Amino acid sequence: MMAVAKGTPKIKLTEVVKRFGDNSVLDGVNLSVEPGESVAIIGGSGTGKSVTLKCILGLLTPDSGSVTVDGEEVVGARSREMSRIRTKFGMLFQGGALFDSMPVWRNVTFGLTQGRMTDAAHMRRVAEENLERVGLSRDILNLRPNELSGGMQKRVALARAIAPRPEIIFFDEPTTGLDPIRADMINDLITSLVEDLGVTALTITHDMVSARKIANRVAMLYNGRIIWHGPRDRLYDSGNPYVDQFVQGRADGPIR
Amino acid sequence: MTESLPASILSAFAAIGRPAIAMFAMIGRIAVFAFTALVRAVTPPFYPARFGTQLMEIGWYSLPVVGLTAIFTGSALAQQIYTGGSRFDASATVPAIVVFGMVRELGPVLVGLMVAGRVASAMAAELGTMRVTEQLDALTTLRTDAFRYLIVPRMAASVIALPIMVLIANSIGIMGGFLLAIYKLGFNPASYLATTRKFLQSDDIWMAVVKAAVFGFIIGLMGCYNGSRTSGGAAGVGKATTDAVVSAFILILFSDLLITILALK
Repeated sequence: MMAVAKGTPKIKLTEVVKRFGDNSVLDGVNLSVEPGESVAIIGGSGTGKSVTLKCILGLLTPDSGSVTVDGEEVVGARSREMSRIRTKFGMLFQGGALFDSMPVWRNVTFGLTQGRMTDAAHMRRVAEENLERVGLSRDILNLRPNELSGGMQKRVALARAIAPRPEIIFFDEPTTGLDPIRADMINDLITSLVEDLGVTALTITHDMVSARKIANRVAMLYNGRIIWHGPRDRLYDSGNPYVDQFVQGRADGPIR
Repeated sequence: MTESLPASILSAFAAIGRPAIAMFAMIGRIAVFAFTALVRAVTPPFYPARFGTQLMEIGWYSLPVVGLTAIFTGSALAQQIYTGGSRFDASATVPAIVVFGMVRELGPVLVGLMVAGRVASAMAAELGTMRVTEQLDALTTLRTDAFRYLIVPRMAASVIALPIMVLIANSIGIMGGFLLAIYKLGFNPASYLATTRKFLQSDDIWMAVVKAAVFGFIIGLMGCYNGSRTSGGAAGVGKATTDAVVSAFILILFSDLLITILALK
């Protein structure tokens, strides 16, 4: 394990560019996330929020620019290095992305077993502990994901993301598809987990309530660039017309 | 007219060139995919439990449909040869041609096509759904190589299962021909079996096994390749499934011709 110099950002994106054909989705993204910080990236649909996360995770390779995690370069990393860097991450996918061929307990412990049938009794106990953390009971251990409600699936996915005790957790639209009460429960859960586990969190969302509740700092992605970032308390007082229009949900303004 | 002529010629070339380039690019991607699968099949980590599950899924659960296909085909073949052969006093060749036709050609091809219809579509649909619901990305973020965990076990099981199934199908097909010849056409059972044994040679069985292994590779490759490249939601999954089956059918029939020509030249 590489020693991390003091003051090194947990995640740093420098002039990251990603194109799909002629469409330039990221056009020079710069963002730095400090250890223990919770940052939310806001922006409209199709502005490249998910692409940003996938570039950090090495699921997509940027066309140019640099992505570092604890000072280690992700872009161009060999698959073995990338696999080691990924041990630092947990990810809550927008739709949960639970494996529907497996029961809940195997989903939750997948990051620990990599799909192998190792010590089932112990793994069931680990799954139970993590489910308890997200407010779910052991009754669902043997259920398949399609037997759970949307909110429960999100929680199980959250339990799966935290089970390997990652240093960094990504939340991709954590409240999408949930009613306001369930969305607020997920926001509370994320906030308490981030505090309890002391992790660095990066959330992408277009839910302003969620962004303000989960994050210490908010950044707005527009036209492939971070056009504003600041503390969450400044979100409705940013002085940036694009941010103002977005957070107020107005149709008229500079964003077309 | 003089100005538009070069443009029209260019557009004609472009109309031919674009699909040709796309086709070569696709062949290249499939070749890289197949090479990656081969390399990862022989380097750890291995997932023997996943391989076992796929062997059951592809082999064991395909047996009923393969068995039915074989028995119907063997019986129909015996009847056809008997009727056709009687036109030139050659109806006694039924056991020889049934064994020859089933083992060398109909057994491998029909099993290949039936399993392609059943398995390549299922592989493409499952992997495609996993792709569009981000389950493949989730595997990667959980430090599991989706290629080793999902694709290698499917392709390996497909290559192993097909030869076994073809050998079983050939036996059932020959039995189908035998039953029809005995109970409907009035053949003597002992002499039918003696002729069958006389005409069944190890070369025929080897050809069936080689063909089956190649067809198994094609089924696994087309199912996994099309499934793992799926995009565009439910419609994309449907397209991947169709592409997997159609491409597997075409490649099975083409490789059957190629192997037959190369083996019998």
